[in-house]
Amino acid sequence: MANNNKLRKVDIIFSAYPGNPYDILKNAIQRGKNEIIDDLIESGLRGRGGAGFLTGYKWRFMAQQKETEKYVICNADEGEPGTFKDRKLLVEVPRRVITGMAIAAYVTDSKYGVIYLRAEYAYLIADLQKEIDIFQEAAKKIGLDFTIEIFRGAGAYVCGEETALIESMEGKRGEPRNKPPYPIQSGYLGKPTLVNNVETFASAAMVCRFGAETYKSYGTDDQHGSKLFSISGDSPKEGVHELELGMKISDFVQEFGDGDTKAVQVGGVAGFCIPRKNFETSIIGEGNTTGGATMIFNSTRSMYNVLHNYLEFFAEESCGQCTPCRIGTQQLLKGIEAVKSGEKPESYLQDLIKLSRTMKVTSKCGLGQSVTNSFVSIVENFKEEMIY
Amino acid sequence: MSMISLKIDGQLVEVESGTTILEAAKKINVNIPTLCHHEDLCVAGNCRVCVVEVKGRERLEASCSTPAPEGMEIWTNTARVRNARQDIVSLLVSEHNTQCTTCYRNTNCELQNLAAEYNVDGNRYLSVLKPGIKVDTSSWSIEKDDSKCIRCQRCVRTCAELQHVNALTASHKGKDMKISTFLDLPFNEVVCTNCGQCVNRCPTGALTERRYFNQVWEAIGDPTKHVVMNTAPSVRVALGEMLGYEVGHRVTGKMVTAMRKMGADSVLDTDFAADLTIIEEGNELLTRLKKVLVDKDQSVKLPMITSCSPGWVKFIEHMFPNHLGHLSTCKSPQQMFGTLSKTYYAEQKGIDPKDIVSVAIMPCAAKKYEANRPEMNDSGYRDIDAGLTTREFGLMIKQAGLDFKNLPDGAFDSIMGESTGAGVIFGATGGVMEAALRTAYAVVTGRSVPFENLNITAVRGTDGIREASIKVENCLPEWSFLEGVVLNVGVAHGLKNARIIMDQIAAGTSKYHFIEVMACPGGCIGGGGQPIPTNAEIRAKRTAAIYEEDMGKPIRMSHENPEIVKIYEEYLHEPLGHKSHKLLHTHYTPRNRY
Ligand SMILES: Cc1cc2nc3c(=O)[nH]c(=O)nc-3n(C[C@H](O)[C@H](O)[C@H](O)COP(=O)(O)O)c2cc1C
Ligand code: SF4
Repeated sequence: MANNNKLRKVDIIFSAYPGNPYDILKNAIQRGKNEIIDDLIESGLRGRGGAGFLTGYKWRFMAQQKETEKYVICNADEGEPGTFKDRKLLVEVPRRVITGMAIAAYVTDSKYGVIYLRAEYAYLIADLQKEIDIFQEAAKKIGLDFTIEIFRGAGAYVCGEETALIESMEGKRGEPRNKPPYPIQSGYLGKPTLVNNVETFASAAMVCRFGAETYKSYGTDDQHGSKLFSISGDSPKEGVHELELGMKISDFVQEFGDGDTKAVQVGGVAGFCIPRKNFETSIIGEGNTTGGATMIFNSTRSMYNVLHNYLEFFAEESCGQCTPCRIGTQQLLKGIEAVKSGEKPESYLQDLIKLSRTMKVTSKCGLGQSVTNSFVSIVENFKEEMIY
Repeated sequence: MSMISLKIDGQLVEVESGTTILEAAKKINVNIPTLCHHEDLCVAGNCRVCVVEVKGRERLEASCSTPAPEGMEIWTNTARVRNARQDIVSLLVSEHNTQCTTCYRNTNCELQNLAAEYNVDGNRYLSVLKPGIKVDTSSWSIEKDDSKCIRCQRCVRTCAELQHVNALTASHKGKDMKISTFLDLPFNEVVCTNCGQCVNRCPTGALTERRYFNQVWEAIGDPTKHVVMNTAPSVRVALGEMLGYEVGHRVTGKMVTAMRKMGADSVLDTDFAADLTIIEEGNELLTRLKKVLVDKDQSVKLPMITSCSPGWVKFIEHMFPNHLGHLSTCKSPQQMFGTLSKTYYAEQKGIDPKDIVSVAIMPCAAKKYEANRPEMNDSGYRDIDAGLTTREFGLMIKQAGLDFKNLPDGAFDSIMGESTGAGVIFGATGGVMEAALRTAYAVVTGRSVPFENLNITAVRGTDGIREASIKVENCLPEWSFLEGVVLNVGVAHGLKNARIIMDQIAAGTSKYHFIEVMACPGGCIGGGGQPIPTNAEIRAKRTAAIYEEDMGKPIRMSHENPEIVKIYEEYLHEPLGHKSHKLLHTHYTPRNRY
C-alpha cells in the first residue's frame, strides 16, 4: 500500500485502452457479482460526488434490495461551482462512464439507467446519445438487459443532491427528501435507486480494469486511488488534472499556483477555504471534501468578496424549503455586509459563526449543512478582510 | 409490525418500528414543538423546529420525519437543542412581518407562541422580510399575506393531498421561495375552491378568511336596518371552543342569546333551510328517478349529487365542467335562507326587503364566495349580505363584551327558526344523505326508514367514501315505479374523495343513484371557517355533538317540521313548483382548470 503525501500526476482514467469497446464490462461480468463488489470494497474507492461514501458498500446494499424494478442513476448535474471534470469525462471517455453504470446494473440487477445531465450540458446530448446507442448494441451481444436514457436537468444546483434529483426526475419541484429512507431503499418512483457521480462510475470501471490491488496502490490509507481535480482561479494551469490522492496543499500550490497564492478553496463552495498558513499541514481530501473542485486565490483577491459571492450563491440556490438554510444563508450574507458597513459590530461575526453551526446541525440536506465550511474557514482566517 | 424500544429523556418507551421520534415522545407525554407538522398531512420536515439530539450523532434530527431509532437515546431538551430551536424561531421571526398586534391571528398563532416560549429576541438578526409585499384580497373568501408566511407548506399539502385542487404551490427557490398560485395569479382567478382548509391549517396569519364582521356591526348599529342572523348546524357544536368550553360542547341556547344581545333583530336557524333543502332535493331525486326509470329520458343525469357545499360546487365547475348536470339544482341551505329572508319572511313580517340585512354564520370560507356569486339575487336583492365564519362570530361575541358562559339559553325566533334533527345532521359528513333518506323513504312508502331510531349508521363515519343500498318495498301507489328498486347511495367528504367519485362518473362506472359530497374532511364540522386548530380528534368530538343534538330533537324528519309544512301551504305550494324554481334552485358555470 502506498502512502503518498507527495503530489503525483497519474494517468489512469483517461489512459488509452487497447481492447475492444466494452471488453471491461464483458470481463467484469465473467468474474461475477460478489467478486466485483469485493474488489470495489477492497479498492477503497469512495464516491466522487462530494460525500465520499464507500462505493462498494453502496453497491452491495443496493444488490441486497429485493425489488425487481431498480434504477441506476449517473449524477451528471455537476453544479458545484468550480467543478468541470464530469464534463471532460463525458466528452472524452463516455464509454468508461457507461461501463461503470453497466457494471453497477449487472451487480445490482437493475434494468434501467439514467444519466441526469446538467442543463448547461445539453450540447453534449447528441454525442452522448450516439455512445448510448453503441452501448445498447454491445449490451445486447453480451446479454445484459440494461437500458440507459438521458434526463436533462433544469439548472438548479440543489438538484445535484440525490433526492432532489430524483424528485426532479419525477416531475416534481427539486426539493431534497427526508432521509431515511435513502434512495437505495426508496428512490425514483419509490424503487431502489443507486445514485453515483460520473467520476465514480468511471473509476469503478478502472478498478475492474486494473484490479483492486493496483488501484489501491495509489493514494493514502484514507484516500485510495487517483482523483480528477478541477483547477481554477489564479492558476497558470487551469483545467482538469488527475492526481494521486493525499498531497499536501503546499505541494499542490507549488505546482498549480501562480507564486502568490493566498488561499485555496477545496471541495467547491461547499468545501473549505485553506489559508496560506495551513498549506503545509493540510492534505487534500482529508477533513475537506472529495469533489475535486479547487479554486486558487492570490493576494489580489478580497476574501470578503469571495465569501460574499459564495453566500449570494447559497441564498439563491437553497431550495428554500427548510428554515435554517433558506433564512440562514440570507442572514449570513446580510450579516457580513452589515459588519463591513459598520451597521453591526465586529462581534456579530461570532453570532454568525454560531448561526452557521446551527445550520450545519439542523438543515435538511447537504447544501444547508455545508455552508458553515467555507463561512467559518474564511471568516476565521481572514477576519480583518471581513471588517475593514 | 415489530416493536422497538428506545429512551427519550431517560425514559424507556416501546413503539412499533417506523414510528417517528415525535410520535414516540407524544406517547410518554414529552412535548416537542412543531410548526410544519399537521397530523392530517404527510410529513414535511421543513421547519426544523422539532429537532432533537440523538446520542452520538452530531447532527440534530427532525423528530417529525425521523423514525425512532432502536436502542438509541434521544434527548429533547438539551442546551444544543434549545439553542438550535431558538435560532430557528429567531430566523423565522426575522423573515416575518411582526406586526402581531394588528394581525387577525394575534393570540392564536403558532409562531407567536413559539417566539414567546423561546423568548426570542426580535433584534438578534437583521430583518430579511421582503419589502412591498401586498396582501391578495382579490378573493371573496380568502386573503393571502405573504409577509406572514413561514413556508411550512401546510397549505400546499392541504390543497394537494386532502383536496386534490393544487391551487397553491411552492414557487421560486432560495431567498425568493414562496407559496404561489399558478403564474402568481390573484386568488380569485385560479382554481381555488375557497374551501378554506388551508386557512384552517395555516399556523400564522398568512392565510385568513376575508372578514365581513365590521359590515355586520355597522348594519346592527343602523336603526333603519333589520338584521336577520342564521347559524349553520355545525357552528353550535364548535363555537364553544373559542369561548372557554371543551371541544364537543354544544352551545346552541347561549349562541342564540348572544346574537340577540349583540343586537340582531331576528335570530333564525339555517337548519330550517336545511330541512327545506331536503324536501326540494328529495323531490328532485324522485323526479329524476322517474324520468330515468319510467320515461327513459336520456337528458336527465344520474347519479344526482348534492350541492350544499359551495367549495364542492366550485370544484366540480373547475374540474368536471362537462358533468354539471349531475349536480342537484337546489341552492344550499344558506342561499335558500337568504332568498326567503327577503321574500317570504319580509312579506310575513311586513318589512321592506331592502331594509333587511341577511347574515349567515357558517363553518365555511366558501360560503362567503357563494353569497357573492352574481346569480345569487333571486329575491331582487343580494340574497345573503354577509357570510361570517365561526371564528369571526366568536370574535364578535368577545367584542360585544358578553360573558358567554353565563348567558341564559335562548330559543330561535319564528318564522324560519324551527328545525328538525334531520336539518342538524347536515353538519356532519353523511348527514344530508341520512336526512334525505329519512324523508324520501317516508314519502315513498309512508313508513319510517327501517333503521333503529332513524339512525342510518352506514352513511356515518370517517371513511373517505361510504355507501349504502336500500331496497324500496311496499311503496305507496303513486311511487309504484320504485317498487323493488335498490337505491345505491354514496357519501364522500374531502375533495380528494370527491374526485374519486367524479372519476367514476366520468368513466361511466358509477353505481350510485344519489351521492352526497362535502368539500371539507368530516363535513361542515371540519369546515375551513371552524375554530383553529381542527384535527381528527376534534372533528370526532364535534360530530358526536351533532348526533347528540339530533337525538335531542323532538322531530327528526324534515317533512314533519311544522314551519316547513306551513311554508308549502302558505307560500311555496309544492316542492319543485313555480316559486321554488324561481327562489330555491340555481344553475352552474363551467370554469377553467388552473
Ligand atoms: C447541494 C448538493 C449538490 C450536489 N451536487 C452534486 C452534483 O452536481 N454531482 C454529484 O455527483 N453529486 C452531487 N451531490 C452529491 C449527491 O447528493 C450524492 O451524494 C452523489 O451523487 C453520490 O454519488 P457518489 O457516491 O458517487 O459520490 C450534491 C449534494 C448536495 C447536497
Ligand atoms: S438545506 Fe437548503 S437546499 Fe437543503 S433542503 Fe434545506 S433549504 Fe433545501
